Amino acid sequence: MSTVRGFGRFCYDFIVGDDWTVALAVVAGIALTALLAHHHVTAWWCMPSTVTVSLVWSLVRTTRRR
Amino acid sequence: MSALLLVLATFAAAAVEMVEALTIVLAVGVTRGWRATSWGVVAALAALAAIVAVLGPAVARLPLAALRIGVGALLLIFGLQWLRKAILRASGYKELHDEDAIFREEVAEVSAVAITTKFDGYAFTIAFKGVFLEGLEVAFIVITFGSSQGRIGLAVIGALAALVVVAVVGAIVHAPLSRVPENWLKFGVGVMLTSFGTFWSAEGAGVAWPGGELCLLVVVAYVAALSAAAARVLAARSHTVVLPGQVRPR
Repeated sequence: MSTVRGFGRFCYDFIVGDDWTVALAVVAGIALTALLAHHHVTAWWCMPSTVTVSLVWSLVRTTRRR
Repeated sequence: MSALLLVLATFAAAAVEMVEALTIVLAVGVTRGWRATSWGVVAALAALAAIVAVLGPAVARLPLAALRIGVGALLLIFGLQWLRKAILRASGYKELHDEDAIFREEVAEVSAVAITTKFDGYAFTIAFKGVFLEGLEVAFIVITFGSSQGRIGLAVIGALAALVVVAVVGAIVHAPLSRVPENWLKFGVGVMLTSFGTFWSAEGAGVAWPGGELCLLVVVAYVAALSAAAARVLAARSHTVVLPGQVRPR
């Protein structure tokens, strides 16, 4: 059980890293982009905006803690 | 153009990780001998090659839209993590990597364990773990980057070139490569991964970029400018102006 848990922990650290909000923002941004594109709304701005907001938010969160 | 960016990105990512792995390998090899250490390195490189050889073609068989969404999301998450750390280091909020200090710590740690058998399993394990764990992210970058462009061979060449350069320089100087501008490289790799991830994930989700592939250059320029601006703002806030590649005043 501890091996499975250890492997799960390793995968989480490897993919999600030390700020889960970044991974969540990326998934949400892609979902929103797909939704807008599906309804024929111009959506190219959506992912750059996601990058901007998630990067700035992650930096603010980290530096505020220190 | 994108082929050149592909090779540069995998070269830089592999170089950064291999510099860190080299520090561990040197510490173990110098302290406990080179036989088991070398086998650890060889085994780790073989395991990484197997991962790329097995997963690469499998990933390349996925439908292009699904591949670009999945790969784009992974690259974005990896890229934003690299960028975030590089910006925090550049602005003084996080310590710059000090390979000399890491080398000294590693030497002290591995010296404390006695050699009890003919084949030093401890040295093998530490060398294997060091190279494998540092290289795993590079393997994923090679697989995702390469398969999305249908040029996994080019991505492998970029990573192998870095491996050879770091190994040769490491063998010549026989010391940790503390002068490599690690943070610059991390900054550059973060910008590349984030830009490609942005571009591909949006394309996979059904977006048509204005200007087509040329828009990728605009995305790269935007992400680089955003990251540089963030580093400057944070450096001003922490009163420590340290740009990527510079050494922080002690």
